[in-house]
Amino acid sequence: MERTLTRYIRALRSAGAGVSTTEAMDAARTVDVVGWADRGVLKTALGTVLAKSVEEKAIHDQLFELYFSREAASAAASEGQPGEAGDPDTGRPGEGETGADPQSGDAEGAEGGEGGEGGEGGDPVEALSALAQGKNPGQLAMALERAGAAAGVDEIRFATQSGYFVRKMMESMGVEALEARLMEALTRRNAEGEAEAEGLIATRSALQKQARAFVEARFEIYGKSAQDAFMNEILAERSFGALGRSDTERMRGLVERMAKRLAVRHARRRKVRDRGRLDVRRTLRANAGHDGVPFDIIWKIKRKDRPKIVAVCDVSGSVAQYVRFLLLFLHALKEKVTDLETFAFSAHLADVSRPLETLPFETAMRAIVDEVGSGGTDYGAAFLELDRDFGEVIDRRTTVLVLGDGRSNYSNPRLDVFKQIADQAKRLVWLCPEPATNWGSGDSCLLEYRPFCTLLTQCSTVTDLERALDEILMAYD
Amino acid sequence: MTDGAMQKETPAGLASVEAVTQMLAGTGYIATPEIATAVYLAHHLRKPVLIEGPAGVGKTDLARSVAIGLEQPLIRMQCYEGLDESKALYEWKYGKQLLYTQILKDKIGHLVEDADSLDEALHKLTGFQDIFFSRDFLEPRPLLKAMEQSTGSVLLIDEIDKSDEEFEALLLEVLSDYQVTVPEIGTIAAQVPPLVVLTSNATRELGDALKRRCLHLHIDFPNADLEARIVRTRVPEVTERLLERLVDFVQAVRGENIRKLPSISETIDWARTLILLHADSLDPALVRSTLNVILKRQSDIAEVAGKVEALLSGGDKAGR
Repeated sequence: MERTLTRYIRALRSAGAGVSTTEAMDAARTVDVVGWADRGVLKTALGTVLAKSVEEKAIHDQLFELYFSREAASAAASEGQPGEAGDPDTGRPGEGETGADPQSGDAEGAEGGEGGEGGEGGDPVEALSALAQGKNPGQLAMALERAGAAAGVDEIRFATQSGYFVRKMMESMGVEALEARLMEALTRRNAEGEAEAEGLIATRSALQKQARAFVEARFEIYGKSAQDAFMNEILAERSFGALGRSDTERMRGLVERMAKRLAVRHARRRKVRDRGRLDVRRTLRANAGHDGVPFDIIWKIKRKDRPKIVAVCDVSGSVAQYVRFLLLFLHALKEKVTDLETFAFSAHLADVSRPLETLPFETAMRAIVDEVGSGGTDYGAAFLELDRDFGEVIDRRTTVLVLGDGRSNYSNPRLDVFKQIADQAKRLVWLCPEPATNWGSGDSCLLEYRPFCTLLTQCSTVTDLERALDEILMAYD
Repeated sequence: MTDGAMQKETPAGLASVEAVTQMLAGTGYIATPEIATAVYLAHHLRKPVLIEGPAGVGKTDLARSVAIGLEQPLIRMQCYEGLDESKALYEWKYGKQLLYTQILKDKIGHLVEDADSLDEALHKLTGFQDIFFSRDFLEPRPLLKAMEQSTGSVLLIDEIDKSDEEFEALLLEVLSDYQVTVPEIGTIAAQVPPLVVLTSNATRELGDALKRRCLHLHIDFPNADLEARIVRTRVPEVTERLLERLVDFVQAVRGENIRKLPSISETIDWARTLILLHADSLDPALVRSTLNVILKRQSDIAEVAGKVEALLSGGDKAGR
């Protein structure tokens, strides 16, 4: 059964749960200890050994059900096989040979089974129709398993590939012989021929249905997460502005995952050793044993600041979509890494940290837009209000993060106030959804603000967003 | 594998998953299959168990119950920021060393008296030198102490997420090889590997290296059935009627949007409180006046107090 386990681990990996070699070995030892007999115990035991977080546990639980339900079926099937009973492992994956010569291999397999049942003759087409009638479900599962292995169904990555794999499976089960017979029956053009053809077509479609179900089950195990990963990859590079409604949900998941990754990266290393400053007290204490002679020198450890971010977001129509994801991202980070104050503005500015904290995200966003009002965006007024009303939240440890296109409807950009904010803060980062070529065109005052920014960068995809936030957090490491 | 030698005697309580469940039940700890399996595997694979989950669901209690069940000493190490090896592994007994130096000073004249040359005197002294860095002067801290137990032990490393990352690295040797290295003496290997339980409230993400060395067990809030069983075990004097109502209420409260969810220890406290108040059922006024037992934040109390009636009737429905 070792092979069963390694394949299960492979399935886990393709589902995105990292399983290291050590863990795989532990899993094998676990199976030695608990045995295969009790499915429930096996499931919890493997879950304990293989999963390292709640998310991985969930993946494991789901996959275990998918995977071992078919394992159980095929093991039962091979046990029903005469001559091979007692060792399900050798019975099931005979795919090496079957792959080389699928047709004869399968015909033989089917025949052998039939022989055990009472014998029906050596015709492969007969064997197929016997299979299709489902008299012996074990036999059918067995044949499907073999055909699946021969067709390489485990390699499936996309739902659209299933037609191809179904056909390959059918071929490896020997459907070509059946089709040849069908053609022949049809060309006979008589009642007998038609009756036979009808029977053959029924057999064929029954088999096809089985094969399709099999391929779909395999897709659930091996392919779905790969397809998921692929979709995520595409989405990560797509501009927020071009997102469809259906992408939003997926994007939220993606943002959460990225935020988690960032959080892990930056939550560590909160400390640096500041060599050069002696910790007298601890040195004396540590060297008391040496009669006060300082053999071991102990240096002071300097704690790093917790990242503090003040986000100032333009929520007017043109950038609203981008703001959603920035806020989602920051919000996901907040738990782990940062002190976060959020301000939203359009015509005027408001502190929106509280609604974001207390309300569900979507409701909060709607409330924010309602409160700040659409109206003409005025960056100058927003910075003025920020400096006047909330100036104290910005100190020398704060990164001010502005998200907006800098299109201020030709109002006064108030560069003096902006400069003051920039001077007060540790860093000032401006994320702009527009490409650099558009900066400064029309009513955009980005180029005027630019000299005061520590960093001004285009940010239109979630990858940009991750990079920018990584950069911001790096300044605190 | 040396497993055979290392585990020549498996305690009866660890013979099978059911045996673990029973052993824990004997100490008043109701274990889910996940918990029992984790303990069972921890012994048989010789791996530490890392328990994560919200506060108050019985993470620390599990270690205590296993220790009681196995009749082994529980060695507990509470983690905190700044915990270092001198507090976790071992420390030299400086005072004793100093004292001995003083005594030796007087004796040293005697010792080298009959030595003819400086070389000979030095030779005589080197024989005594290592005395100061021997086991006699070693103060074992929890980790070393756990290694030294000849009967085996349960080592509880509590709230590992509160410690620094450096400390995590320090643990790696202890957790994978069950040994402690003291540079002056050498490596001290465990006589019987302790059963190690680490708990974490997930205030920070633990390092991968540590996670990979552990079995992972997540204990979540129990479902109504399990919670009722736990409360019944811990507070046997509670009536069935009250138990059902209060468990339903707590379960309903967990569905609310509050900051700090009540956990099983709060349910137990609440049951005890209600018994002290001679309550045999729940009514809104009683619930309101005792909400502070299960909710620890003023804003949460305010939130729930406004919904007591709805939660009570909702809980009632679920109970039926």
